Amino acid sequence: MMPPLNLATQLLHVLAAGLLMISFAMLAQRRTRRLIVLLAWQGVVLTASTLLVAVTAHLQHLYYSAALTLIEKVWLMPWILLRLMRRLGIEGDSDPLVNIPTLMLVGLGLVIFAFGLAQPISSLATTVTRQTLGIAMAVILLAFLMMIARHKAVTQVIGFLAMENGLFFAATSTTYGMPMVIELGIALDLLVGVFIFGIFFFQIREQFDSLDLHQLEALKED
Amino acid sequence: MAAVNALATATPLAVLLELVAAWLLVGVLGLARPHRIAWVARLLFPLGALVALAVAGMGALALSADFAMQSAVLPLGLPDLPFHVRLDALSGFFLLLLGSVGAGISIFAAGYFRQGEGTAPGLLCLQYHVFLASMAMVILADDAYLFMVAWETMALSSYFLVTTQHRLPEIRRAGFLYLLMAHVGALALLLCFGVLHGGSWLMTFDSMRAATLSPAWAAAAFLLALFGFGAKAGLVPLHVWLPEAHPAAPSPVSAMMSGLMLKVAVYGMLRISFDLLHAGPWWWGMLTLAVGLVTALFGAVFAAVQTDMKRLLAYSSIENIGLIFAALGLALLCYAFNMRPLAALALTAALLHALNHALFKSLLFLATGSVLHATNERSLGKLGGLIRRMPWVATLALVGTLSLAGLPPLNGFVSEWLLLQAFLSTPSIPHAFINMIVPLGAAVVALTAALAGYVMVKFYGVIFLGQPREPSLMQAHDAGWLERVGLAWLALGCILIGVFPQAALDAIAGVTQTLLGTVIQRGPAPWWIAPVAQAQASYSGLWLLLGMAGVIAVMFVLVRRMYHGRVRRVSPWNCGYPELTPRMQDTAEGFGQPIRHMFGPFFRIEREVPSPDDQLPRYRIQIDDRFWHGLYLPLARIVGWLADALSVLQRGRLAIYLLYSFLTLIVLLVFVL
Repeated sequence: MMPPLNLATQLLHVLAAGLLMISFAMLAQRRTRRLIVLLAWQGVVLTASTLLVAVTAHLQHLYYSAALTLIEKVWLMPWILLRLMRRLGIEGDSDPLVNIPTLMLVGLGLVIFAFGLAQPISSLATTVTRQTLGIAMAVILLAFLMMIARHKAVTQVIGFLAMENGLFFAATSTTYGMPMVIELGIALDLLVGVFIFGIFFFQIREQFDSLDLHQLEALKED
Repeated sequence: MAAVNALATATPLAVLLELVAAWLLVGVLGLARPHRIAWVARLLFPLGALVALAVAGMGALALSADFAMQSAVLPLGLPDLPFHVRLDALSGFFLLLLGSVGAGISIFAAGYFRQGEGTAPGLLCLQYHVFLASMAMVILADDAYLFMVAWETMALSSYFLVTTQHRLPEIRRAGFLYLLMAHVGALALLLCFGVLHGGSWLMTFDSMRAATLSPAWAAAAFLLALFGFGAKAGLVPLHVWLPEAHPAAPSPVSAMMSGLMLKVAVYGMLRISFDLLHAGPWWWGMLTLAVGLVTALFGAVFAAVQTDMKRLLAYSSIENIGLIFAALGLALLCYAFNMRPLAALALTAALLHALNHALFKSLLFLATGSVLHATNERSLGKLGGLIRRMPWVATLALVGTLSLAGLPPLNGFVSEWLLLQAFLSTPSIPHAFINMIVPLGAAVVALTAALAGYVMVKFYGVIFLGQPREPSLMQAHDAGWLERVGLAWLALGCILIGVFPQAALDAIAGVTQTLLGTVIQRGPAPWWIAPVAQAQASYSGLWLLLGMAGVIAVMFVLVRRMYHGRVRRVSPWNCGYPELTPRMQDTAEGFGQPIRHMFGPFFRIEREVPSPDDQLPRYRIQIDDRFWHGLYLPLARIVGWLADALSVLQRGRLAIYLLYSFLTLIVLLVFVL
């Protein structure tokens, strides 16, 4: 590896670590409003890392990608979610199904698992960013774990978006990002997805007078 | 003028593709004014019939001796996966069948479809012509991809045609059963093509021909093809959809399904077993022969006890498909022992019977359509005496009935005679076991033919002869002129092939030449056939016809000369009853009773016998298929049970569903990476 890249690589590692930290923070966070803020912070880190890769690898399209991330993940999505919360009037805490220390321990296990998985792939990759694949996978798995452990509809959506962040990070770290068309498509899908989730929130609340997913168990066919 | 020149120089294959496009265009035009019956029925259906005639002509061109196989790659399909088409003698023969019979059905349909019967006529026109076009494309296809696309289009368009009167729940049920069986069969075909490419992953038939399969894989492909095409053709035990779907469909559609679509399945079987797999070991033939014979006997016996005229014909279709597959199996068997002339004879019998069945079964289904329109009755128990009210339909149906019964000098006799000739020549097979079994097959064929005769006596006698069983039948009217033309066209085909069979055999010679590399012996004259050896067996429909006509003429003259003037007019002995009522006639149930008795174990009978002191005694009997209760319902129960068992997974908690995906993801990651 060429010496001038070392600084960039180290910076990228710092950012990746930050992403992982935020994921753990999300896992432990009880308050929904804070979760949204953390999601926005994930977007910030993601933007920074994408910019970093764009600068070091001189890739034009990653600049656009970074700009898109900034607009969508740092500003638009959190704004929509916060508005939704205000409109739905949900502010309270949401206790996870499993207590938080246990959740953290399971999360640690997942991180180790992800790094173990990423080892053989990272050694094959030739990009400057290859070591970060393990972190990206860990972020995906942690977000998934968060979705499993929560029972409020809004937190499910936040977990889903965090998962997408992990995927995006995996894409930039291993292959210098996806083609622009696909990135645009995914961005649009996410946006539409959040809108549809919003509509569902209203529907669910109307039907069950609550956004607690326990209520959905009544739908099971006996 | 330029157009004429273009046509003159165009290859038959190119013309055929244009004709298929023309069919589709005719169908789409039906949507322009979907409710105008004059537009759809009086203009578009006759146009479709003209296209069908042209298709038949092109098919006949492909059968001529100096025709070289043509193929082309179409600019359609997926990128890197274009459609391939090919025209050879085998596809030519089936196109001839499709076109000539399809023309008759289309002309009939022009007079048959009318307003207010379920689907709008314009939509029906689209489905009808898509059905025809997709059958032509199945026959022309030269790669598995186009074959499956056309095959599924055929299944779907016919499904919509079957459910024309979708407001009736039993018709929806019949349609669902048909769709289910069609998809199960298509799945088997898909797997079959997956085996046939032999690891080359090329989907063209050319590469499948060139592929060398190990015996086990070849056998797997053959069995899958037999299952897939058997489900479409209605081989036992995959026949259950046939007696449900045929009566549910409007009569021209029943005629197309029975006369044409079942033959497309026969085409597929021939294409795969002889052309792509180059035939195989003798047990392939033995299996096909056995399945065919069981199907034939089963169909004949069940046809004899039916009380619905279209169900009766549907079971009769099962019987005839059985005979065709038996002949096909015999051809495979002889081919495996390298007895080419005998294989050619059996294959000729199979193909000729396919053509004959298409002609007479379409004719009979169309005739039932006319009866249905005239009387609104399908049940045999409420018909009767229609020969006086509907002389045209009755006369033309008689031709079809006699053909189906296998009586000379009509076409049904020729193919059954050829089949029996093929069976009788098998003692030369060098295998003791087969030598013992095959004569049994000949006996089954003879029994089936006799039962078919019995069935036809019942069909014709109960519908057209005797006295009307309902007073409303007195208002029955004969078919319109378009319907008569359609019926007459098919009846003419039956008579011509019966009287001049050599012409049909010449057409088939091209197919046996392509598939087996040999042809059967030509007869000494166009009206005289002798497929094995002139000294051994020969037949002339024309001489027989002339002989019969001569005997009738002589008898007529003798009776007139000897009895004329000595006629006594007295009332006949009438068992002491003052008058004959329709209730004194033999009923359909009564006529079938001996067969029901003799073949009792075949049926699952539910009888309701009235008690002795019943004021209004009613006798009711229901005859069911044993396969339905013994095979299909248990299968459905197992599927239902499995579905119930799987519903344990449904917990209703989102967290658990997410956990499922999470664990699946983890497991996949562990195993894949």
